[in-house]
Amino acid sequence: MTSIKSFMSRQELIGILVIAALLFVVMPLAMDIFRLNLFGKYLTYAFIAVGLVLCWGKCGILSLGQGVFFGLGGYCMAMYLKLEASTPEATAIQSTPGIPDFMDWNQITALPWFWVPFNSLTFTLAAIIIVPAIFAFIIGTAMFKRRVGGVYFAIITQAIAAILTILIIGQQGYTGGVNGITDLRTLKGWDIRTDEAKYILYYVNGALLIGVLLLSQIVLKSKLGRLLVAVRDQEDRVRFSGYDVSNIKIFVFCFAAVLSAIGGAMFTLQVGFMSPSFVGIVPSIEMVIFCAVGGRLSIFGAVYGTLLVNWAKTTFSETFPELWLFGLGALFIAVVLIFPNGLSGLYRSYVAPLVDRIVSVRPRTGRPDAPPPAAGFGAKTTTKPAE
Amino acid sequence: MNTLSNNTDFLLSIENLTVSFDGFKAVDDLNLYVDENEIHVIIGPNGAGKTTVLDLICGRTKASDGSIKFHNKELTAMREHEIVREGVGRKFQNPSIYEDLTVFENLELSFPRGRSVWGALTFQRDTDVTTRVKEIAEMVFLDTLLDKQAALLSHGQKQWLEIGMLLIQDPELLMLDEPVAGMSVSERKQTAKLLNEITKGRSVMVVEHDMKFVEDIAHRVTVLHQGKILSEGSMAKVQADPKVIDVYLGH
Repeated sequence: MTSIKSFMSRQELIGILVIAALLFVVMPLAMDIFRLNLFGKYLTYAFIAVGLVLCWGKCGILSLGQGVFFGLGGYCMAMYLKLEASTPEATAIQSTPGIPDFMDWNQITALPWFWVPFNSLTFTLAAIIIVPAIFAFIIGTAMFKRRVGGVYFAIITQAIAAILTILIIGQQGYTGGVNGITDLRTLKGWDIRTDEAKYILYYVNGALLIGVLLLSQIVLKSKLGRLLVAVRDQEDRVRFSGYDVSNIKIFVFCFAAVLSAIGGAMFTLQVGFMSPSFVGIVPSIEMVIFCAVGGRLSIFGAVYGTLLVNWAKTTFSETFPELWLFGLGALFIAVVLIFPNGLSGLYRSYVAPLVDRIVSVRPRTGRPDAPPPAAGFGAKTTTKPAE
Repeated sequence: MNTLSNNTDFLLSIENLTVSFDGFKAVDDLNLYVDENEIHVIIGPNGAGKTTVLDLICGRTKASDGSIKFHNKELTAMREHEIVREGVGRKFQNPSIYEDLTVFENLELSFPRGRSVWGALTFQRDTDVTTRVKEIAEMVFLDTLLDKQAALLSHGQKQWLEIGMLLIQDPELLMLDEPVAGMSVSERKQTAKLLNEITKGRSVMVVEHDMKFVEDIAHRVTVLHQGKILSEGSMAKVQADPKVIDVYLGH
C-alpha cells in the first residue's frame, strides 16, 4: 500500500478502479457484442486523449495532428494483418498472387521493400511503438529546439496531418489509397472477426488502457510531471533553473505519440480496417475535443470525455444525421465558455467533495493550514520567547 | 581598473560587449568586472541597457560582439541551461514562479538535481531535498507557507520565492532584476537584509531604481547610459559625479 501511495492518492486510486470496473464489468454486462465492439473502438480514441492530457493539458503543447500517430500505429498493424490475409492461395486470382489486393489493382508486381518486415509480428509490434516515437522525435526536435511553440506548433502539426493524408491517398499502390487497408482477417491464424475474438480484443484493449493510465500516472506523479506544469506556466523560469526545456517537450510529445499509436493499433484489430479518414485534420481536431470535454487536466476525465462524445456522436448521428456536426460544435463552445475544465472540472467542484466525505475518515492533507502571511512574518522576525 | 588587468582576478569579466538590434546599439562596447563576494548594482535611466546586460550574461540575448567570461569560461557560446549549470542564476523583473504549484514544489523543482528527462522521472524527494527546501524557505521568510499554492502569495512573497528558487541552486553569481519593485517599505528592508545575508560566499548583480535600496546594499555601482558606462565606483562617488546628476539623478 505504501508503494502505491507514492504515486497515487486515494482519489486517484478510486478513479482508476471505477474505470476498470466500468470497462471490465459494467459495459460487458450492459451491452451486446455489437455495442461493446463499438465502445471498444471509442476506447482506442481514449489513448489519444490521455496522451493529449499530458502533452496539451499539463505541458501546454497543443498538437492538432495526433491523428498522424494514431494512423501510424493503425497502419503498422494493418500492414501485418493484410500480409497475413494475402496468402498466395487466397489471392490466386490476382495477376501477382501473394501481394495485397490493392497493390495488384495498381499494377504493382512485387511487395515494396518497406512492407517486407511487416511479415513478422514481433517487428510489427515493435514498429507500432518505435515508428511514431521516431517520427514525433524528429518533429519535436525540429520544432522545440528552435523554440517553435504555441499556435505555430499547432498549425504545423495540422499541416503534417494534411500532408500524411495526401501522401496516403496519393500513393494508392503502396497504401491502399482513400479506401485504406481493408479486409483484414486473422492474427497469427486467429480469426479476429468472430464475436469471441471481439470480446477478447475488447478486454485486451481495456487492459492496455488501464496500463497506459497507470504509466501516465507514474509520469505525472514524478518530478517530471510537475516540470510539465512548470514549463506550461513559466517556460523561461524552467530554462533558467538549468533544465533543457526542449528535451522535456520532446519527451512528452513522443510519449503522447506512442499512446496514440497503441490506440491506433487496437483500432485496426477491433474494427478490421485502417484508412486515411482517421489521420487527417478533422479527426485530429475531434481528438482534441474528446480531451477538452473530459477535462484536459485529468487523465480519467479524458477517458470519460472520449466515451461521452463518441456515444453522443453515434446516437445523435443515427437520429439527426444533419444536426450532429452542429451539436459537436455547440458542445465545444459550451466546454470553452461554460466549463473550461470539462467533465473532470465539474467532478472536482461538485462531486469530489462528496466522495471525499464518504470515503475519507482523516482530514484532507495538502490544504494550507498555515497562519495568514502577515502573522507568519511577525512570528519569524519579531517573536522571541516572551519570558 | 583597466582592460589589461588579469582576467582571473574576477569572477565575471565582460569585455567589449556589444549588442545591436537592427542597428540600434543597446549595449555598446561595454567593459564590466565583478569581483567575488561583491554586490554590484547597475543603475541608469530607462533604456540604458541594464536589463539587456543581464540578458546577455544569462544567454537570453545573444551578443553581437565581445566576450563574457565567468571563471574564465566564455559564456556567449553557451545555451541558457548550460550557463545556469556553470553557476549563474537569474531573477526576472516580474516574479516568475510556478503559480499552480506549491511553495515547496517551486523550490524542489529548482533544486539542482535530476535535470535531465530521465533524472526528473526517477527523482526522489529524500531528506537532502526536504532539509534544503526548508532551510531556503526559512531564509526567504516562507517557511510557514510551504504547502501554499504559489499563486496565492502576495507580490513581495512571490519575489522572495523566486530569490529562494535561485538560492537553492547555490549560484556563484546571482543576478536580480529590480528585486524590490512593488514591495512595501517593510518588505524592502527585509529584502535588503536578505541580500546582505545571501551575498556571503557569492557575488550578486542587481539592477535597481530605488536609490535608497541601492545605498543600503551596493558595494559598487555602475551607471549605464545609452549602452555605455557613464560612471563607476562607490555609491558616494557616483552620486557626486556631475555627469550622473545630469542624466539620471537630477539636480
